[in-house]
Order: sequence, then structure tokens, then C-alpha cells
Amino acid sequence: MTTNKFNRRTFLLRAFTSGSLLLLAGCERLSRSEWFPKVLDSAEKLTQATQHLIAPRQAMAQEFTEADLSPQFRSNGTSNPENPQYQALAANSFADYRLQVGGLVARPTAFSLTGLRSLPSRTQITRHDCVEGWSAIGKWKGTPLSVVLARVQPKPEARYVVFYCADPMDGQGTRYYESIDMDDAHHPQTILAYELNDQPLPVANGAPVRVRIERQLGYKMAKYIMGIRLVDSFANIGGGKGGYWEDQGYEWYAGI
Amino acid sequence: MSQHDATVPATNVLYYRHTLPVRIMHWISVIAFFLLLMSGLQIFNAYPALNWGKSSYTGHPPILEMGAKQTPQGNIIGVTTVFGHEFNTTGVLGWSRGADGQLTGRGFPAWMTLPATQWLAMARRWHFFLAWVLVINGTAYLLYTLFSHHLARDLAPTRRDWRSIGQSVKDHLLFRHPQGETARHYHILQKLTYLGVVFGLFPLIILMGWAMSPWLDSLIPGWVDIFGGRQSARTIHFVVAWVLVAFVFIHVIEVIITGFWNNLRSMITGRYRVTAAGPGHDHE
Repeated sequence: MTTNKFNRRTFLLRAFTSGSLLLLAGCERLSRSEWFPKVLDSAEKLTQATQHLIAPRQAMAQEFTEADLSPQFRSNGTSNPENPQYQALAANSFADYRLQVGGLVARPTAFSLTGLRSLPSRTQITRHDCVEGWSAIGKWKGTPLSVVLARVQPKPEARYVVFYCADPMDGQGTRYYESIDMDDAHHPQTILAYELNDQPLPVANGAPVRVRIERQLGYKMAKYIMGIRLVDSFANIGGGKGGYWEDQGYEWYAGI
Repeated sequence: MSQHDATVPATNVLYYRHTLPVRIMHWISVIAFFLLLMSGLQIFNAYPALNWGKSSYTGHPPILEMGAKQTPQGNIIGVTTVFGHEFNTTGVLGWSRGADGQLTGRGFPAWMTLPATQWLAMARRWHFFLAWVLVINGTAYLLYTLFSHHLARDLAPTRRDWRSIGQSVKDHLLFRHPQGETARHYHILQKLTYLGVVFGLFPLIILMGWAMSPWLDSLIPGWVDIFGGRQSARTIHFVVAWVLVAFVFIHVIEVIITGFWNNLRSMITGRYRVTAAGPGHDHE
């Protein structure tokens, strides 16, 4: 009986240790499998549905006071696009910059920087949450995207707004891009920002124009925006997931 | 199991301690917690510092920071800074071997993180999936404890429990564990610990997870500031995770010294053995 018990106990202990090791090795294999990440992804849809259920689409992100401003606003990712066309625009203080807005719209339009500045503007002090875990608070001024959309008149079949950027992400010429849905595009705090902390937007933070989508993570808020297109699907854009980082495995819905 | 039961002396009583739902939910929590911890450490590694306040850049240095730096001799060492005090943590924190065996700059070492390689996107997928598992499992547990009277019967401290708190602390420090019939029920320290974990630490860590979600902040703008701000919430989330690790550590030690096999059996089959006789008793 004693031997029996001992064996059982030893077996159990070994089963426990090897069980936990197998669990972790298994987790590594699952991460690299074809099917398991899709199972994990189901949580993203559940999160999106739940968050939209409890916080309405028009709910406003928190706004702060000047006292909360971060001493300097950190630059992350690209800090100066290695792109000759962009460099030429920057050398001329973006006087020749034109924001091309097209796709599924009735009136495609090119906006100069002065043209954007002459449109109604919104100023907001908000917190930028990076997917990495850090936050910074900055004061942004820009044109609400809804104002720009009203000018170009989206067609009814337009479902997403895609931002095309100047910054190359690899040697193959892949440029940064991002997208949001029409609800986020029409949110009052979604602005095409051209000022940070009362100064023209610095190159390190996305000059001349970047987008602010305050209830999402930093990677949604594309810098160096050169063009905007309204589309009904991501199928023929980049890797088909709706954004540069999404194509690398990050969530398209970045509310968490 | 039944064979073993038959050989138990007459003084030993096997009684049904943990119901099937409690056992299932217990083991789901165990697995979910460990994978949440490990994927959480991988997420932490993307920005291996903790701040207090509404943002990371408030003009104050981080409370805790991990990183690698070069010594005057030219060696790279891992450094962890806590409240301005610097510690050499080479090989574990700040600078350790990655999944490929190469020394690399990273907060927590590869063997503690899920995935082992630096892969934030995958860690986030694991973390948010398991967060749902933990929340659904936890909600089921709360409903069960209420409706099965598990809470009222087994976990809520009685007036007698409160009176015995001094004795309980003394017994505990002297490693005197309840024997016989008294071992059938949780003592006051167990009850308070379990209640604190279920109703204190788990809800707090979930709430602090929510506080990091920019979308949920917009639910009631500013609610996060009750906890000191978004970065404070991240810090609390991290600290509570380690308090839970400490709880698991002590819990497992208690399980071992009060009869590992008996306790483990009760959490697998539900049956816990109580020895009626006092002296000459051993655990299994």
C-alpha cells in the first residue's frame, strides 16, 4: 500500500511538473499555429462589442488641463521619414503640401495646409496611450475629420477611412497606413491635428498633419498623413487587415 | 479512489468538501492566472517601467524601471531601479537570455513570459482572451457562491470566528494546524484570505485592467483618476498581480504542510480526509 501510495504521489508530482512544462511548450506551439490565434482573436470581437455596448459611440475621451501636460511629447516609431518627397516638402515648411482626400466620395479634394487651417478647428488636451504601455498628455489643435468629410461628401457605400502616410516602414517601400470606421471618423474628438502644444506639429510627432482618435491606442493615430481614402473594404490594401501594425498581428480595434 | 477509501481506518472520515463546480472553477482560475501572469510580463516588457500619475511623462522618474547598461569596463549589465535605488539584476531583470539563448535587453526573462520571444501582439492576444476566461469564470463563481450558499456557509466569518482571530494567528505562526473536526471548516485566517482574494484582489486587478483601456475611460471620463490616473492604474495592476503570486505561493506552502495529498485529492475528487483521533496523527 505504501509503495503504491508513494508511486501515485511521485506520479502526481511528476505529472504536475511535466504538465506545467508541457502547458508552456504547448502555448508556444499554439501561438505559432494557423488556427489558435484565430481562437484568441474571438476575444477582440467580444471586447469591441462589449465596450461599444457600455460606452456609446459618441462618448468623449477624458480631456485634461495645462497642468497635466507632459513636459515633452515623446516621439515613437518614425521620427523623421526617410522619404525624399517628404524631405522636400519639409524643407519648404510644407508650403507645397496637399492632403489628397478621395475614394468613395462625391467630391475628391486636395487640401493645402493653409486650407486646413482656415476650416473650423478644435483644441483638446488628451492622453496618448501607447500599445507598449506608456502614456503622454499633449494639447492638440486641428480640423475635425467630420468637417473634411462634409466637404468631400462620402458616398453611402463608404465604410472606412484609410490614412496613407509618408513614412517608409521597410526597404521594400511599405508605407505606414491605418484605418477607422465611419463612427470614429465622425467622432467630435477625431481631428486632423496640425498643432501640438501651441506650436506647429513637429516632424518627430508627425508633421504636417496627424490624426487623433482619442479612444484608441497610439498606433491608430497615423503620423505624416499624405492622403485619405474612403473605402468599403480592406481586401486590396496592404496585408488586408486595415493597417500596418494590424498586418503584423495587432488588433484593428485598439480600444484596449 | 474507492480502493483507497476501503483501507482508511475507522477513525478517518472522508467527507465531501468541494463541490464539482468549485473544483472546476478553481482549476480554470489556476491555469488562466498563470497564463495571464506570463503574458502580462511579456506586455510589461514592451515598456519595462512603472509610473505614478496620469501619464508616464509627468516630470517624475519612474517608480520602477528595468534596463541594460554598459559598465566602465565595457560589460553590459541588467539594472533594476526601484524608488531611485539601483540594483544589479544581470541574468534575470533587464538583461538576460532570450528564447534563442542570446543575451538580450528585456525586462523579465524569456522563461517567465508568454510568448518567450519578444512578441507584444501575441502576448496581448493571449492576455485579453484569458482575461475574458477569468472574468466569465469569476462571475460564474460569484453567482455560485451566492446561490449555493457556499459563501454564507463556508466563507462568511461567524461571530465565533472573529473571537478566535488572536488564537488563530498564534496557532498559525507556530505552525499548529487545526486537527480533527475543526479541520472540516476554514478558520478565520483562511476565510479572510479567500474573501480578500475573491472580493478584493481579483476585482481590483480587473478594474485596473479596464482603467488602461482608452475606450472604457470614456465611459465616465476621469473615473480613472480616482486611482491616481492611468499610469497609476497600470502600476496597481502590476503590484496586485504580484500580491496574487504571493498568495498562490503561501497557499501552495499551506497545502503542502497541511497534507499535500489530502488537499490535492479534495480539490480533484472533492473528498477530504479528517482524522478523528488526536495524538499520533500524521498527514497521510
